[in-house]
This record gives sequence, C-alpha cells and structure tokens, in this order.
Amino acid sequence: MQLSRRDALAALSVAGVGSLAGCGAPIASGGSDGDGAAETAVSTEDSDRSDDAVGSHELATLVAVASAVYPSSVDGVDDFVRTYVGGRIDGDGTNAGGVAEAVTTLDEYTEGLYGAEYVDLSSDERAEALAVMSVDDVDPDPHGTDPQRVRHYLVNELLFALYASPTGASLAGLENPPGHPGGVQSYREGPDE
Amino acid sequence: MNGTGSAAGGDAIDRTPSPRADVCVVGAGPAGALVAAELAAAGHEVVVLDAGPRFDPDDRTERMERHLRPGPDAPVWDTDPERDAYTSTGDRHYPLNAARVKGIGGSTLHWQGMVMRMHEQDFELGSSVGLGADWPIDYDELRPYYAAAEEELSVSGAADNPFAPPRERPHPLPAFPPSYSDSLFAEACEAVGLATHSVPNARNSEPTDGESACVGYGTCKPVCPSGAKYDATRHIDAAEAEGARVVDRVPVQRLEHDDGGDRVTAAVYATPDGEEHRQEAREFVVAAGGVETPRLLLLSESEAYPDGLANSSGLVGRYFMDHLFAGMGGTLDEPTRQKHVGFNTTESHQFYDRPDDSRTAIKLEFLNYAGPAPADIALTADSFGDELLEEIRDGYGTHVAMGALVEQLPRKENRIRLDPSRTDDHGNPVPDVVWGFDETTRRTIERANEIQRAVLEELGADIGWTVGPENTGPAYHHMGTTRMGTDPDESVVDPQLRTHDLSNLTLAGSSVFVTGGAMNPTLTIAALSLKAADHLAERL
Repeated sequence: MQLSRRDALAALSVAGVGSLAGCGAPIASGGSDGDGAAETAVSTEDSDRSDDAVGSHELATLVAVASAVYPSSVDGVDDFVRTYVGGRIDGDGTNAGGVAEAVTTLDEYTEGLYGAEYVDLSSDERAEALAVMSVDDVDPDPHGTDPQRVRHYLVNELLFALYASPTGASLAGLENPPGHPGGVQSYREGPDE
Repeated sequence: MNGTGSAAGGDAIDRTPSPRADVCVVGAGPAGALVAAELAAAGHEVVVLDAGPRFDPDDRTERMERHLRPGPDAPVWDTDPERDAYTSTGDRHYPLNAARVKGIGGSTLHWQGMVMRMHEQDFELGSSVGLGADWPIDYDELRPYYAAAEEELSVSGAADNPFAPPRERPHPLPAFPPSYSDSLFAEACEAVGLATHSVPNARNSEPTDGESACVGYGTCKPVCPSGAKYDATRHIDAAEAEGARVVDRVPVQRLEHDDGGDRVTAAVYATPDGEEHRQEAREFVVAAGGVETPRLLLLSESEAYPDGLANSSGLVGRYFMDHLFAGMGGTLDEPTRQKHVGFNTTESHQFYDRPDDSRTAIKLEFLNYAGPAPADIALTADSFGDELLEEIRDGYGTHVAMGALVEQLPRKENRIRLDPSRTDDHGNPVPDVVWGFDETTRRTIERANEIQRAVLEELGADIGWTVGPENTGPAYHHMGTTRMGTDPDESVVDPQLRTHDLSNLTLAGSSVFVTGGAMNPTLTIAALSLKAADHLAERL
C-alpha cells in the first residue's frame, strides 16, 4: 500500500492540526498528490530552523522508527512521515522539544547497545532496539521513563498518524476511522460495497 | 447588557454584576441556555452565571485528539480538581467528574445526543403499576413542549417507533438511516420477536441554518468538532444575540433571600480573582444539574431555611437517580463495519413500558461503535510492524454489541448532601453522592441481559463480555434531587418548576424529575425548561 502526502494531511486533521496555513517550512520533496492545502514538511536541508528542535536527524530517526513499527506492506513512509511531522511541529510547537529529546534518548540507548545512532541500525536492529528498550511493553507517558517517552513521542505519534488515518485504518477494513470526517455513508455500507 | 466595573478574571472580561437584571440564571447547560434564550428573545434582561469556562470552539479538534490518543496530561474537557471535588459514600461509587462538564454548554459538550420523549406511563408510574410516584403533570401537558424542544435541538428522527408516545408532527430533520451493523441484527431480532426502530438524534442529518450536517468524525461522545451534534452553546449564542449576558468562571456561592424568606434577592458569586459579587434580579433560575442544583440550595442555608434554601420539605438532594447501563457484546465471523460513526441508529423500546411492578423500564440499543478502532489497538499494542497489523486485523472489524438503559426508581436514601469534612476551592462543603440501587433495578438489569443474550446468540455471536448487575455503572444522567409535585411536604418545586418556598426561584433541569424512566433525559430537560420559561415570562 502506498502512503501519500494526502494521507499525511488527513492524519494531521485527525491529530488536531486543522489548518496548516501560515506554516513556513518548505516542502521536503516534490509530489503531485497534495490537495491544495498549505502543505508543509520539514526538509532534510532545513536542520537549522530556530523555531523548533526537530531537524534532519530527528526526522530521519522518525522515518527509521516508522520503518520498524509500520507494516512492511506500506510504501511511501519517508514522505508521509516528513509531511506529517512537519504539520505536527508547526501546528503544535510543544511537541518539538519532546520529540527531539526522545530521539536523543533513543540514540544514547542504541549507542550503548550497538555503538551507533538509531538511524544507522539495520532493519532488524531497529526492531530489536525498541524491544530491548521495552518500548513495546510500556504505557506512553510524555513525562515518564525513557521508554515511555520514546513510546509517546516517537512510536505512538507515528502509529497514531498511520492507523487514525483513512488509508492506515483501511488496512484493517475501516476507511472512515474515528477522527476522520469521512461522511455518513460508509457506516451504511457492507464490506464489499 | 454589560455591567460597569473592572475586569475580574485576568482575561479582560467584565464579571461585575449587571446593574439591572430581570432574570439571573445559574448554569449554562441546556436547561439554563434554553431558559436564557427564550427570555432574552422575549425582551428581558438576562444574566447567566456559570462556574466553568467558556471553551473555544476552535479547540475542538485538539480535544478530539485528547480523546483519540488519551494520555495523562489533560482530560478532553478541562476540569479543576479543587473546584470539582466531591465524595461518594453510597453502596456504589459514583464517578461524578466523569459524568459532567462544567462550562458554557455544560454536559451537552460531551453527551451522546440521544433525545427521546418519555412515555405516557412514565408520568403515572405510581398509579398505573405501583412503582415510584406520579408526576404532577402528564404527557399531554408536556407534549407541545416536547415538540418545541425537538425543534430547538434540530432532532433527526422518524415516526417508525411503534412504542413511542403520540406525536403531532414529524421530527425537524429526517432520521439517520440504519447501519450495516443494524442490518446484521435485524434478522436475529425478528427471530426472537424484538421489534426495532430508528433513534432520534440531536445531530444534524441535514444542514440547518446555523450548523453543518454530521460529517462522520465518529467522536460524538465526548466531542463533536463539526458542531453537527447539538450542544447548549447554540442557545447560549442565541441568548447572547438577543442581548443576554453570559459570564463564565463565576461559581455561585449561595443565594440570598429577603427578610421574610419569600423571595431570592441575590446570587452571590465568586470571580477568578477571589472577589465576591451579588447579582440581583427579579427572578432566579437555578439550572446547575442534578448535583450542583441541590448543593447550591443546601449551601444557601439561613435562619429562615436552616436545612437549606427551599428545603422546608427536607427533600432537597433526596431521590437522586441515574440510569443503569446493561450491555453485552462479542464477535461474529464476518465484518460488522463498526466505528464509522459515533452514534446509534437502531433501538428497541419494546421493553420500555412496565407490565406490572416486577421490573422497571428498559431501553435497548444496538451499538455502531463496538470494539476498538485500529488506532486504539495500535497505541496500546505490545507488538509492531507486520505483527501489529495482524493484531489490528484480528481486533477490529467483527465486534457487535448491545447496550441498554435501565430505570432506577426514586429512593429517598439515594441523595446529594454536603460533606462538611471536605471543601472546594472556595471553602464550601463538597457534594457527597450517596448512590446505590435496589432489587427491582437488579432484576431489570438481569432481564435486559437476558434479552441481549437471546439476540446475540440468535445472531451467532461469540459473546465476550457482559455488563450486568455486578459491574454495572451509571449512565451519567443526574435526576430527581429537587422533585416536582403539588404537595409542599412531598416535593421541592411545583408544576411550574417554581419552588414551593420562594416565589421567584425556579429550578430547571433533570433535578425536578419525579421518576427517571429509561430514556436519555435531555429532551425532557429541554421540554421542561421551555415550559419553565413560559411561566417565567408570564410573571415578568
């Protein structure tokens, strides 16, 4: 399944970022599937922005975490994550510090475990790192322990983006998930309609 | 009109009293908002005082995320643990702060939005089957107000309910059609002899002048970002457009009365900076819900009313009622298409009216939001990647569930009283919710479960959970604590909703219910409020 920038914008809508107007960050890469809204993404070249702490490394780490927690059948993760995170950070600046600190925490952990930052781990190591850190086994808490903050700011942020969006929820047969204003027709339709 | 004086909340809002008010309304939920809108439209000077804040409509998508992605930081609708402190000392714990929203709009901000008329039998329960007590008014007396309330709330409904009381005209908007899930239930219901019908919803099935049609956010309870679900801010807006003054964050501390104890003279309220002010008015309406309304009366004790204002009957706070939830759910071996919308489209009122005194009323619901959504599973999963997707596919998509509201009869021992051992942020004793239910209610919950099991077994469901007498809880409908009646020794307000003791004090809301039935109470709250507004207008 191919994720699109439109999917990221839909995910942002669910995440309470109703309007992206006024966001100044440039589009990370080209794309023709936007819906004409004021699309935004945090560019990999845009690491020195002063208004938030999420730069290229943090974005690359989020993409790497997504590769570990998203199903393998999903394509287009890079663009999806960058667009989504761009909207989230610009729409709610309070997330930026938490995301950056969680990335630092995760990197420190994998430096100790593998001698490398998270983005430089192999696919298997990325999944293993999250499990060894018990990120899969804790409740998310923005003020909690290291694994809880990684779960909240990185893993659950990305899982929410995917599975609260119509495309992500459709992987399980729900094209109009809670939080998405998908109209009042689909609830009447059977699975094959 | 705005009063004079300085701002008193750090937000440049003038919270000083209005120099001249015809009516002072305490509480900006549906009852207070409707009364305020009606009287302001009639040209009266109206002041509304509410303890909670005015929530910004632009924040609703953010509140929706709080609901969809719950965490430890913030409830969907902001609370204040000191302001909202309470105790619960009955047989059953009562989770009061989950059951209400304090703020402009009140608990309609988080309600589900189901709006049914009570049945004719509800108003004559004592004389017809020997349960509870009779209301001093009958269905026919409230019937025109029900019709008006349906208009005010833009109710979407249909005339397909064979058990509903007589009505005079169609609902303002067409009903939402049944869901795919409803269609799965239909055959099983027919096989067990259960008649089903549509659900009246205070939710726009079509656009109205002021609000959009429902767009399917699916988060009706606890927040509707589109505004298609009715909440009382609509009538607050209407009241303000007609000149009413609505002041937030001003908890009323007590009501004062004249020397003779015949009339209320002022509502004494606190502002965020700790100052106290007196709002005078010709008429006072307390519409603060089934808990805070009796609490305010009890806090307003005086030499003339040592047991609390308007409490010469001793019944203020007594007969607290709620509806009990009964439910059952499970899974089928086929997709059921849940979680597309956050409201129900099919119910059965077949077991509503009581055949005798053996059981109370049952209202059966067929849920369109059974089981978890994919994101719910993902956010709490202990697996990631492909394994997580498999878990989500297993966990979402085949759930079915039935719910029910079960009537609780009025019992004097269920009550709201003051807890002098604990005080709120202004030093006032907090409400103590004393709540439990009796054997008749227990039997009725069991009966609801029997019906639900018969349907689900006929449907071929693998039943996975039951909410029965042991694990039931309240539906968050606070009723009965200032009951209506004609006898001042047996009731707090008269059929005009005016207290027997004080001639210019009206109590609006579910606190005046004599019995609670098993219908969601807000349409009846709205109808009674419109009736009260008529009586107030006659006196002004």
